[in-house]
Amino acid sequence: MDLVLLPDAATEAERAAVDAAVGSPGHERRDLLLPAFHAVMDAVGWISRGALSYVCDRLHVPPAEAYGVATFYALFSVTPRAPRTAHVCDDVGCAAFGGEDLCAALEERLGPPGSGEEVTWTRSPCLGLCERAPAVFLQRASPSAEDEGNPEATRALASSPHDDAPGGDHAQIAPATADTVLRALDGEDVDGPDPVVSTPQAGGPDLELLSRVGVVDPGDLDSYRAAGGYAGLRRALAVGSARVVDEITVASLTGRGGAAFPTGTKWAAVAGSPEPEKYLVCNADESEPGTFKDRVLMEADPFALVEAMTVAGIAVGARTGYLYVRGEYPAAERAILRAVAEARRHGYLGDDVMGSGRAFDLEVRRGAGAYICGEETALMNSLEGRRGEPRAKPPFPTVAGLFGKPTVINNVETLVNVLRIVAEGGPAFASIGSGRSTGTKLFCLSGVVARPGVYEVPMGTTLRELLELAGGVPPDLRAILLGGAAGSFVTPDQLDVPLTLEGTREIGATLGSGVVLCFDSTTDFAAVLRRIAGFFRDESCGQCVPCRVGTVRQEEALARIVRGREIGGRTIELQLLRDVDRVMTDASICGLGQTAASAVRSALALGLIGGS
Amino acid sequence: MTTVDLGTIRRLVSVTVDDVEHRAPEGATIMDVLDDAGADTPRLCQAPNLTPVNACRVCVVEVEGSRPLVPSCARKVEDGMVVRTDTERVAHSRKMVLELLASANDLSEAGDDVARWQIEYGADPERYGPPGPPAAAGERGNRHAGHHGIPDGETRATVAQPVTVDNDLYVRDYARCILCYKCVEACGTDAQNTFAIAVAGRGFDATISTEFAVPLPDSACVYCGNCIGVCPTGALKSVAEHERREAGTWDPEGETVTTTVCSFCGVGCSLELHVQDNTIVNVTSPSDHSVTHGHLCIKGRFGFQHVQNVASPGEH
Repeated sequence: MDLVLLPDAATEAERAAVDAAVGSPGHERRDLLLPAFHAVMDAVGWISRGALSYVCDRLHVPPAEAYGVATFYALFSVTPRAPRTAHVCDDVGCAAFGGEDLCAALEERLGPPGSGEEVTWTRSPCLGLCERAPAVFLQRASPSAEDEGNPEATRALASSPHDDAPGGDHAQIAPATADTVLRALDGEDVDGPDPVVSTPQAGGPDLELLSRVGVVDPGDLDSYRAAGGYAGLRRALAVGSARVVDEITVASLTGRGGAAFPTGTKWAAVAGSPEPEKYLVCNADESEPGTFKDRVLMEADPFALVEAMTVAGIAVGARTGYLYVRGEYPAAERAILRAVAEARRHGYLGDDVMGSGRAFDLEVRRGAGAYICGEETALMNSLEGRRGEPRAKPPFPTVAGLFGKPTVINNVETLVNVLRIVAEGGPAFASIGSGRSTGTKLFCLSGVVARPGVYEVPMGTTLRELLELAGGVPPDLRAILLGGAAGSFVTPDQLDVPLTLEGTREIGATLGSGVVLCFDSTTDFAAVLRRIAGFFRDESCGQCVPCRVGTVRQEEALARIVRGREIGGRTIELQLLRDVDRVMTDASICGLGQTAASAVRSALALGLIGGS
Repeated sequence: MTTVDLGTIRRLVSVTVDDVEHRAPEGATIMDVLDDAGADTPRLCQAPNLTPVNACRVCVVEVEGSRPLVPSCARKVEDGMVVRTDTERVAHSRKMVLELLASANDLSEAGDDVARWQIEYGADPERYGPPGPPAAAGERGNRHAGHHGIPDGETRATVAQPVTVDNDLYVRDYARCILCYKCVEACGTDAQNTFAIAVAGRGFDATISTEFAVPLPDSACVYCGNCIGVCPTGALKSVAEHERREAGTWDPEGETVTTTVCSFCGVGCSLELHVQDNTIVNVTSPSDHSVTHGHLCIKGRFGFQHVQNVASPGEH
């Protein structure tokens, strides 16, 4: 295929950034499209025609397709944009907790969203910093314009998927004020959120997943080893892959990203596949509104994830693992990149892992602002340099996943559980909790709770007990969004529900990704529900009709109901919402569309909105 | 000696559809089985000469063991599979897909089948309120992923926008585009391998676009017109057809079709000349033709002017 490229030339800075990130492979490397676009964004702040053409030329990707990819992701801009942008969370966890006030203050100081040549601001979906609202993600391009004449300097600074320092000068601020945001937009250094502060149980007894948070230095391999790190991998290598897969199966570990699929089933399928090439993927694209547990794990204990991925990769016979980390998580990305580089330097990754003769290495890839990429097959498309559109299943990833090869894809929390299972054995893990719900579980408490943060409790703990840990059942509690925007609301009379897959299902709810977002009776639920509906309308990939159009119609109908402007009366509007709900739930391609009506449905059933 | 290609010998599997057992070759889709049984299964993004993308979801059926409905166009049959098409759930989803599309798109040129399914399934797009104002030219392609204006619900959002005419051969009327991906597939690996267009943007704001929405003459487009050939809704059509429709002289009832073989090269593509008022208005090729699979090149599809160059009085 001959590429037809637009005549626009890339600037020296754009070319240097792309070259540093992806070089000149000489053949099609579509999988480097996102790293290349990130490099351009990180260097100059937007993707020009010349830059896109240059990327296409390097990677042998048709420009129309590359443009389709660039315009899919919210963190990429194909029109000129200020090189320093503050993404301000106005999602359900932040809006009423300072987010809307912050938006108003920034609008006053900086003008409308998107305006401004040097600095600007924009609204954002949940940034995963809900325990310290309001949250801001700073997308800051670097180097600045003065380096444009010096390609070597640009090269040195530009990002590379293989370096241990990420590109750009991105940062998170939470809680944010207009003043801190403006100073950070002017280039001032920002202290990232301290994950230990977000872990009220840190250093306490009876922790497994969070046991090293605040105990180990996340940048120091020795500190991790001193806390028992890499004992799991050593044991896994000693007992052999088949035994490790068995232990995971016996443990009855289920996926912690929201879908709760049995992990052992995935591992056994890939381990048993005759296909010589296999992959392990870690889904660190945590974007479910209200969720921040994986961020805390990665920031505070990155070696644990690297070790767990190594155990998993070797157990299922993969030589390469991909870690797809959310683009709005620069601190987590930095921590992981540092840990990967350290592990590699000390022989914990590479051609001969811990002298075992087994090869395994990791590549870290950065997402670019798309909730849908948390869906496993959309994430794989994104890794391959495609639009993050979910694939039809079957075939399932264990049969044809990343690059068409058998792939195990697991969430961060799921993988970190592996270390404990390898150390203690599957039966010990399975003895905690009940039924399919075994082990401990992380919950993300935010909203009107006294001590918001990540909490670890054994499966089966009740919602009331969990709230007690966070300072007690909030006074005047009206509803809890359980499981995220794709979950549902529960009410104060349901606090004795045991937090298990089975227990939550019994009351028509879900554990989801562990979101426990609390609202009191002062809450404007109409605003909350409209934000959730708007979220799904924004984040739908647009591939299938039920979700692409259904999310729009759901948001419109909800707007009419809360404004008292129903067409043909309340009953008819509720029927319309139910009809849209059913087609999205029944006929959407993926979980996004299938759960896009869940929170609205439960809010209507509980009378949180639409009361007349 | 004449050889007869028997194809790959495929095992037969047993599939039950609405309590009736069918035998189908392994690798067939559920839709193949339904078609063989004579069922009228609605479809929009499916085409016999393209890889299924199962995006429109109008062909969904129930499959025992699957919680969500299953796209019959893409799902391959398995031995012992139990399929239902006669349930209220299936009817509801099909109706809603047709209704949601009609609420956002102009389906007036989507053909008789779509019009019939709209009535048969009871689609009622008007219940979402009056349509909102159309977008200005190019505006829909410039929306940033993840951001949209908050609606008040007084009107329903649509994809209405002006027709794009940027070349002499065909127009792009994206108010009719249902994002079935067919044109992208035909431009890409399913036929032409030109990759001039792709889906850009996200969600309801997704569009079919060249890079930076540049006009087709600035893109990789080679004007094979295969995108027109597969478009199910009239979003892509020849300038000749567009102009006649605009002038009110488009006359599908009076159209005749003449089959011939393309004379431009030695490949031997089968052509169907669509003639209205003694003038060729479109050229197509049958999708089951062994050479073309329905796809043509610029010469076959648009190089017919010499056939009808009638000398004006006084010319020689």
